[in-house]
This record gives sequence, structure tokens and C-alpha cells, in this order.
Amino acid sequence: ELKEEFTRILTANNPHAPQNIVRYSFKKGAYKPVGYVDQMAVHFSMNGNMIPKDSDEGRRQSIRSGSSAGRHNDFQIEKASVESSAVTSEEAEIKDEESTGDTKAAEEKETEEPGTTEAAETAEVEEPPPPKVKEQKLANQFNFIERASRTLNNPMRERACQSEPTPCKDFSDTVYQWKIYDAYMEELKEMEKSKEKEKPKAQVSKRQEEKKEKKKKKGRKLTSLEIQVSDDMNKISRAAKLMERMVNQNTFDDIAQDFKYFEDVSDEYRNQQGTLLPLWKFKYGKTKRLAVTAISWNPKYKDLFAAGYGSYDFMKQGEGMLVLYTMKNPSFPEYVFSSESGVMCLDFHNDHPNLMAVGFYDGTVAVYNLKKATSQPSYKSGAKTGKHTEPVWQVKWQKDDMDNNLNFFSVSSDGRIVSWTLVKNELVHTDVIKLSAKGTTMQGPEGLQLQTFGCGTSFDFHKKIDWLFLVGTEEGKIYKCSKCYSSQFLDVFEAHQMAVDSVSWNPYHLKVFISCSSDWTVKIWDHTIKTPMFVYDLKCAVGDVAWSPYSSTVFAAVTIDCKAHVFDLNINKYESLCNQLVVVRKKNKATHIQFNPVYPVVIVGDEHGHVTSLKLSPNLRKMPK
Amino acid sequence: AEVEETLKRIQTHKGVVATMVINAEGVPVRTTLDNSSTVQNASLLRPLTEKARSAVRDLDPENDLTFLRIKSKKNEIMIAPGKISIKTTAE
Repeated sequence: ELKEEFTRILTANNPHAPQNIVRYSFKKGAYKPVGYVDQMAVHFSMNGNMIPKDSDEGRRQSIRSGSSAGRHNDFQIEKASVESSAVTSEEAEIKDEESTGDTKAAEEKETEEPGTTEAAETAEVEEPPPPKVKEQKLANQFNFIERASRTLNNPMRERACQSEPTPCKDFSDTVYQWKIYDAYMEELKEMEKSKEKEKPKAQVSKRQEEKKEKKKKKGRKLTSLEIQVSDDMNKISRAAKLMERMVNQNTFDDIAQDFKYFEDVSDEYRNQQGTLLPLWKFKYGKTKRLAVTAISWNPKYKDLFAAGYGSYDFMKQGEGMLVLYTMKNPSFPEYVFSSESGVMCLDFHNDHPNLMAVGFYDGTVAVYNLKKATSQPSYKSGAKTGKHTEPVWQVKWQKDDMDNNLNFFSVSSDGRIVSWTLVKNELVHTDVIKLSAKGTTMQGPEGLQLQTFGCGTSFDFHKKIDWLFLVGTEEGKIYKCSKCYSSQFLDVFEAHQMAVDSVSWNPYHLKVFISCSSDWTVKIWDHTIKTPMFVYDLKCAVGDVAWSPYSSTVFAAVTIDCKAHVFDLNINKYESLCNQLVVVRKKNKATHIQFNPVYPVVIVGDEHGHVTSLKLSPNLRKMPK
Repeated sequence: AEVEETLKRIQTHKGVVATMVINAEGVPVRTTLDNSSTVQNASLLRPLTEKARSAVRDLDPENDLTFLRIKSKKNEIMIAPGKISIKTTAE
């Protein structure tokens, strides 16, 4: 390998030049190799200042140097010439030249610099006077002459005046979306107000009435159109109410939880039997001596119910009360109304949940309006207006009559069923039926034939068939009547041995109704059949019976020995599913029972004035398929 | 008035330690607690209620704060806001 021969070629190529240069071509959009690469290599370069003789500048210089060269030559002849001195003199010449040039320029100005001119003159004198070549003056473009003068400076004195700063106040606020919203709402209200003022007054009052009807019963909303708040304390009425309920919720927390969420799991093992879980107990101090004579749920507010207080005892008749409780506040009632005689029955109007019809022991009926703040009834019947002569046992609202007047029916022991209509401000009564007891015409004094009347103790209207209703009497008979026929009954059922305490149509099966009586029995009938379909002997006088709103086969009854019985015909036709002590036993009797239309709760009233609420266990709540 | 009765009932309810009624400026109008504690409570809780209400309304301007409950280890403070607010402290 050492013996390999390498050829060396002498080329004219620049070894440092790159061999392949590429340039980007925008036309092609690609890199394109440049064909020829410059091979030139510069080894040495120097910038010089030689001017060619024939150019302008060259000629000028030669003229200038020519004159000095001439002088310079003379100098050389006259003086001892040493090259260096010649050089120096040349230099001096050049300097002189320069100074001459300067003086020449300066001569045009008027300031003199005697030094330089002298020097120039001396220079001139020194030199043999050659003919002065007219040199070109270096003139400036602007012919600028500086000329300045200076004035006296006046002493400066400061004089200031300061005013009081305008009072500034920092103001900041944060804008939230609701502030913007509020502003717009206000605008709207203003606009509406101005519109209202334009319209005639009659329309305005109508609109206000509508607004009042929309007003909620419980929450009194503080809108500008409604309540006028005069007192500081009144403003917090709503907040106070809310607070009371919350505090109550805290105290009765476990009950509230039970009410909502507790489901008795052991029902699965109980073989179709169910239980009633006690929830809240409602009582009011002033009703201590009174018995609960009627209970009813409000159709609109599902947690509000009314309890009427009075006395079943014939001898001890005293005052009565009407108290409304809500499940949201178990410790204190919402509304309290007192009356002179005991309340025997009450009913809420379906469409107007603020109206309640109440029947009293002394035979009067009254209508209370919950929206009004007074504790007196809005309408009351009196002796002149045809009140009953005996206690009113049941009242029920009916559909509005043709003039859109509200009306309700009442049944009483004096044997009359009366329809009351609210006309304007009065209660107008119409006798619908007189219950005549068949075969009881007696021979009165002077040979008059007296017709004794049966005493109605309860009635119920059919849900679908408007004119059909049932009346239970003290003799134990149930009459099927129609609103149209005033003297005759459609049918008679020999129901019980003793007074019929309650009759009720089944809400789903339109032919079936139930009745209960103090003769210890509860009977279920089909109104086309004379004999009862089912008979239950509860071994104790039955106070009240009620169908459940969620199932057509479930009903509950309370007996005087404080027990509640719940039956489900779907599951067990002969026995109750639940048979439970619901009220404290001591000298107490359970008087009424009602199902809550929405929640699985029943309320039971007793003779001590307490209302107990109970939750139905799942077994009792089975819906039919 | 009826409102007075309600307040009295709340106060005598089991577990309620104190009740305060505070107006819009944060000045206590009625209280069952001693002065210094009342003032302290009022000054602290009022801005909190405002903030809570602002939060609720910011999310949906048509909404409004109905009740505020602060539960702590030792007790619970309940605030019902309105033009005037009521605060209850309960054990």
C-alpha cells in the first residue's frame, strides 16, 4: 500500500470553494443547483487612496500641489534642503495652505483671529511673493454666519396659589348578574304600572283580585302590591314562621326522617300483616278538654289538615274550636278559630282550598275563609236563616250552582238535609230532603198525626253521579237519595242495629260503599244489592271508617278502644292486616281517622284533643294491579 | 302580635339557645343574647348572608335565598333572611 502512487494535479480550481451550491427557485418551488461555482480566491486586498490623474479630483489636487510644488521647488533652491526639512516645510506649507484657506474663509466673516492672519501674513511674507493663485474659496452652502448676543437674565421668582381639593370619595361596587336582573325587573314593573294607570279603574281592581287569589295561603309574599307593612316586626312574620318550622324540624328530626324515608323492612316477614308507625302528635293547649270531632285534609296543601273540636257528650257542651295544623310544624297550629258551640264536622272546598264549611253542635253552619285574617266565620247561619235544630253531623261541598255560587249540603239530627248557597254575603238555605222515618207516625195531642223524622248522622255524595247520595241515620238505616226528589228515597238499606256513624263511597268502585256503626260492625255494600257484601265485626263500637285514596280495596277503621284496623280486601277478605293501638288508652277514645291523599300517612283524632299521625307500613300500601 | 308569639315560641323551644332579629343595616333589633355577643354575631353573619344570597342569585337571578344553616361541632346557627333576618343558635 505504501507503494501506491498518488497523482497530483494542478488545477485552477479553488479548493476552498464549495462544489455544489444550490439556490431556492421560487418559480419551481424547489432547490436548484447553481451551475457554475465561482472559483475565484482572493489572496490579498488593500484599499488604497490613489486617484487617477485625469479625473476631476485628480486635476484639482494637481493644481493645488502644482502651485505649492512651484514654491516648494524655489524653497528647495534657496534653502538648505534636507529631505526631511523639505518634507517638514512641505508639511508647513500644507499647513500654511490650510491656514490660508482658513483665513480666506475667515476674511469673509468679520471676526478676526489675529493670530492666524498674522501667521498667514508672515507666511506670505516669508514666501517669495509668487503670484497668488486664486484659490477656490471653500464656501458653505447656506452662507451661514453666526451672530449671537446675550440679554440680561431676569431673576426668576415663583408665585403659586393652591385651591382646596374637591372632596373625593371612593366608591366601589361589584356587579352581579342578579343586580342587572333586578334593574330590568324594576323597569318592567314601572312600565306595567304606568300602563295600568292608563286603563280604566275597573280593570285594575279585577287584576288585583286575581293577584290576591293567587296569593299563597301559608307564605305571605312581601310584594309591593299586597301587604302593607307598617311595623318593623311585621316584616319578619314570614321569616319567623320559616324559622319556627326549621327549629321544629331540628327537634323532631328523627320523626321527619322516618316520615320521609323509613320503610318497615320487617313487613316481608310478617305474612301480609302491616304496622302503623307513629309519627307526630299534634296538640294545642286550649283544646285539652275537647274531643276531636272531625278531621279533614286540605285538597291543595297536602300537609295541612283541619281538626274540629267539640264534645260528643250530650251533657257537657261547651265551646268549640277549629284548628289547622301542618305537618311542617308539629308543635303549634297554623290557624285557630274558636266558636261558641262545639264543632261537629268540617269540609274543605275542592276548588277553593281556603274555604271551609263547618257544622256545629247547636245546629248552625258556618263558612270560614282562611285567607281573611279574622277569626270569625265569613258566613254563618242563624235561627232566622234556617239553621238546624239539632247538631249538624256532616257537611259537604258541592259543585257550584248555575250562578257560580258556592254551595254545600248539611245533614242533621233534625231530619233535614239542607243545601246552603253562598249568595253575595249571605247563606241561603234550601231544604232538600226531610228524612221521614217510615211507620213512625204518632198520634199526637188533639188527634194530629205527627210525622217523626229520622235523624241523619252522616252522608256522602257519589263521586261521579252528581245527584246520588247516601244518608245514614240514627236508627241504623241508610237511605239512598237523589237531589231531585225531595220527599221520597230511591232506596233504603237496613244497615245496622245502631246509629250509622259514617258512610263513604269507594273512590274507585262506583257501586260500592262502606258504612260503620256503633253496633261493632263495618259493612261493605253494593248499592244495587240489599244485603251487604262484607261484614266485619270489630268487637267494639266503630267510630269512623275511611277508604284509602291509593287503592280501591284498602280501608281503615278506628274503634272506641283506641285501636286502628286496616283492611285490604285484595289480600285478606276476612281479617284486618293491622290491628294496632294508636292512641293512649287511658280514658280515651279514638274518634276519627283520615288518609292523607298523597303521603302514606293517616291521622287519628281522639277524645283528649290530640291528633296522632301514623305512617303506613309497606304491606298496607299495596296497590292493586 | 302574632309574630311576637311565634318568636317567643321559638325561643322557648327545646334546644334553642338564643334568638336575634337584625335589620337591614346590621343593627340588632331584638335579641335574647348579651350585647357584645349579639353585636359580634350580627357583624359576622350579615355579610355572610349577603354573600350567600349573592351566590344563589348569581347562578339564577330568579332564585332567592330562603334559608341558611351553619352546622358546627358545638352548635348550629340558623338564619332566615328577609328584609329583616332572624338568627337562631341551637345546641
